[in-house]
This record gives sequence, C-alpha cells and structure tokens, in this order.
Amino acid sequence: MTKYYNEQVETASRDQMFYIQSLALTRKIKQVYENVPLYRQRMQEAGIEPGDIRSVEDLSKLPFTYKQDLRDTYPYGMFAVSMDEVVRIHASSGTTGKPTVVGYTKRDIEMWSECVARALVAAGTQKNDYIHVSYGYGLFTGGLGLHYAGELIGATVIPVSSGNTARQIQILRDFGSSVLCCTPSYALYIADTLREQGVDPGELNLKAGIFGAEPWSENMRREIEERLHIKAYDIYGLSEVCGPGVAFDCECQNGLHVNEDNFIIEIVDPETKEPLPDGQFGEVVFSCVTKEALPLIRYNTHDISAITRERCNCGRTLTRMHKIAGRTDDMIIIRGVNVFPSQIESVLLSIGEVDPHYLIIVDRVNNLDTLEIQVEVSERIFSDRVAELERLENKIRAAIESVLGLSAKITLVEPYTIPRSEGKAKRVIDRRKDLH
Amino acid sequence: MILKQVSVFVENRRGRLAEVTGILAESNINIRALSIAETTSYGLLRIIVDCPLEAERILREHGIAASMTNVLAVNVPDVPGGLHKLLKTLSEHNLSIEYMYHAFVSQKDNNACMILRVDDEEKALSVLTENGYTGPSFIN
Repeated sequence: MTKYYNEQVETASRDQMFYIQSLALTRKIKQVYENVPLYRQRMQEAGIEPGDIRSVEDLSKLPFTYKQDLRDTYPYGMFAVSMDEVVRIHASSGTTGKPTVVGYTKRDIEMWSECVARALVAAGTQKNDYIHVSYGYGLFTGGLGLHYAGELIGATVIPVSSGNTARQIQILRDFGSSVLCCTPSYALYIADTLREQGVDPGELNLKAGIFGAEPWSENMRREIEERLHIKAYDIYGLSEVCGPGVAFDCECQNGLHVNEDNFIIEIVDPETKEPLPDGQFGEVVFSCVTKEALPLIRYNTHDISAITRERCNCGRTLTRMHKIAGRTDDMIIIRGVNVFPSQIESVLLSIGEVDPHYLIIVDRVNNLDTLEIQVEVSERIFSDRVAELERLENKIRAAIESVLGLSAKITLVEPYTIPRSEGKAKRVIDRRKDLH
Repeated sequence: MILKQVSVFVENRRGRLAEVTGILAESNINIRALSIAETTSYGLLRIIVDCPLEAERILREHGIAASMTNVLAVNVPDVPGGLHKLLKTLSEHNLSIEYMYHAFVSQKDNNACMILRVDDEEKALSVLTENGYTGPSFIN
C-alpha cells in the first residue's frame, strides 16, 4: 500500500520546499502583474514591481486580496488567462449578495485533483476502494473535487451526490462503499438514520470518512468515529483557493497538511496584518502560486488557525495547520486578547460536564474590560451541594484562564435560559458597543 | 429514616422562587421541609415533598434543573441538649454532616425533626438505629 500520493513533495525538506515555492511565486507574480489589472494597480499603489519578489521571504511585501475583490470584479475580472483556457467554472452560494465565481484551466483541474488525491491516500484510500461521494455535484466544489481525485488514484467512485438519505443508505449497504465523503454534519445524520432503520454500521464496508466544507470539533470527530465505526479525516478548502484539498488530515489527525507547493500559507495578525510566528493563532492567508485561471495572491480567508512546520509522525514535512478555530468575523478583543467564541466552546466541551450552551458577555467597568461566561447547568451535573457547583465554576474559570490567559466570571444559569437558534447561535453580547 | 430530597437550581431573580413553588402547588405537591443555600448568583432550594419522584419529573418538564438525593430524617427530642446528643453520636462515629435543616411539620409527640445530609448515609442509618433514633411518622 502506498503511503503518499506524491512522496517527493509531501516529504520534501524545508529547503527544497522553500525553493519550489519561491520559484513558483516569482513566476506567478510576473504573470498576474501582466494579466490582472487589479494586481497591477495594487502593486503599483504599494510601490512594488514583480522583480522585487525574489523568494517566499518577500511575500509579505505584497498587498492582500479579499472576497470583496472577487465580488467587485464579478464574474471573471480576476481571471489571469483568457476564457479559451478555462475548462470549468464553480461558484460559491452567495449568502450575501453575488456568488463568488472561480475558474479552472485543464492544468488547474489536474493540480486540484492531485491535492485531493494526496488527501485520499493519506486517509488510506487505495485502488480497490469504493469512494462514496455525498458532497453535492454542481457549482459547489465538493462533489467534483472528490470525484476527479478518486478517479485519479484509480478507485471506484460512486457519485451519489447529496440528499435522499434512504438511497444513500441503500448504496452504502449494496455497493460496498468503503470511503464516505460528505460534510461532518451529514455523516452524523447518516448515522442517525442508520440507527432508525436498525442497520448496524458494523455490517457496512465503510472504513474511513473524508469530511469537510464546514468547521467541526474534535468531539464531533470522536462521535462520528464511534457511531459509524470508521476513522474520520478532515479535509479543508475553499473554492476561491481551489476547493477541497487545500489541506488534509493524515492518520495522525494532528493538524492538516497544507498542499503548500501549490498554496503558500501565512498566518497574520488580525489587527496589524503582520505575519505571526509559527504556533500563534491568526488569520489564514493563501497564495495560489501554481494556479493558472484564478491565482489569488495573499488571499485573506478570515479563517483563524495556527501552523507548525515540524515534521509529522506520518513522515510528511508539509506545514500543518490547526483545525479552523473560528473566523475573524466572530472575533472579540478583550483586554487586548483576541478571543473566539469557538475557543470558549471547546474549553467547555473539554470539561465534559456541561453542555455547550453558553453566552459570552463583555462589558467595560472602570475602563477595564470584563468577561462573563454564562453556562447552563444540566441535570447531568446538578447536585444538591453548593460546593460541587462551585468546584465546577472554578474548574471552568481555570480552564478558560489557561487557554485564553484571561480571567472570566463564570455564572451558572438555569437550563434553557440561553436562547437556542436553528442557524447561527448568538453567543456574544458586547455591552462595550453601547459606550461608544 | 432515609428519604428523598429534591434539590432545585434557582437563579437569583425576583419572583423565581414563587414560580417554582407555583409549579409544585399547581401539581398538588405538598412541601414538608425546605432550606435554601444561597450564593451571589443562584440559590439551591432543597425540599422534602410528599411525592419526590413526581416533583422531580414535573420540575424537569418545566425546564428546571432538579435532582434527587438521599437524606436522613431524624426525630430529636424537644429538650435541652437533644440536638447536641444526636450530633455527638454522629461525630463519635466519624460521620460528617454536609448540611442540615429543620422540618416544619407539626408533630403531636415532643419531637423536632432534623433533615441531615451526611457523607455516609448507610453507616449513619445503622449508627442512629443502634442508638435508638427513629424517623418521623410522616415518611412512613
């Protein structure tokens, strides 16, 4: 069984990777400067010429690009090749305003397929596997992204697409699906439906799942693994960069390996936009140095993560990124510390005694920011002893302080008093805003 | 002598305690003893009722955090030193009291009834029985 799809790249030394990236970057900067008016204008405004970019170390001299730039140039304004070269269009569902349109040349599709193929192989997928693709097929990149990669490694691809869970389960049982590709929440939905139908997941041929397209926690990973009797791998991506396969889990499940020969990753401070050292959380920025049709340079995703360049136990040397911790849109700054509601949620989940129903209240008293976290008591933890409840409060306070470096007031509140929401839950009340 | 106490988590806000007692009253549940342990943001209401299982179920149905624990109900002679003798007996047998309160049930005999939460109720039960203590008639 092969362990790597592209061993040479996936286990390259840091020096080799620096060389590969620098060569691709300098070429790409010349190309976008010549072919994309927006880049030429931005670089001229910043007083930079393509010749100033000689290696990856010069990357931080370049201006950022944002999703708004794609909207402003809708639909094809940031493409760097003529439409004759473009063989495929995908688009993200625009929840606000216009969709984001992305394009691929023939070589872009090949590059993208290889990125996803590396993820499939890292998840133990081989030629004799049956890849059950339950991501949607269409403008969304998920379905076709996994599909092409499955064919590339020579596995048997079953293009089920999303929806119709009864049919999904029939195919899972009858076609011998061994690798399930879908969103993590759909994987849990499938597990629920299996239980309702009285199907033992042990009867299925499933061994692994490749889940992405939405953020999910380590707790969710464990739940999926237990309930479907599989190993669950994360796959990260966004259509602006290429789609799924920008980064992927290996068997160590200890950070996602970035396909950094194609996508150079940087972590920058959300406030100052300066590059941050490895290990520190900040905004994830990608430069797509091998893409032809839509080579976004220093594209700020607003996703929050941290990176490490240490060699992984799987043997890969590719930079690893932490599971996405949140988005800067959700970030709050308390006493100068960047705080994401998801960090607080994961602290609460790690304690294991409380349900993740919480409300963060930020206020300012005597010019000092205060942080209060309201947590619902559940019947599971509720006891007749005040000391027991105080112990829980102290445990949460200590855990929050060690993760955020901030002291917080923990307030236990009655069950069901924190508002529930079907969509995006309101987790933060920032009373400081009333002061301005 | 062992009976079930219902503990209820009650936030410190005006009228909340009355809402809880209102739910019990509507369900025709009689409160026979009560104590409240308070902190700055919430209180723990501990009650002895005539039907604890039903009380717990009804409170939970109303979205209130409630749980049941075993406590001891012990008759104490209503004379000087009556309570002291009980506490001394427990102390001599290395038993700790976590909290205690008084049941406000009218009794025809000259006994007061104490509700006790101890660290080892099985042991406390046998110690108290051996020393001639009894439980109140209302729990039988």
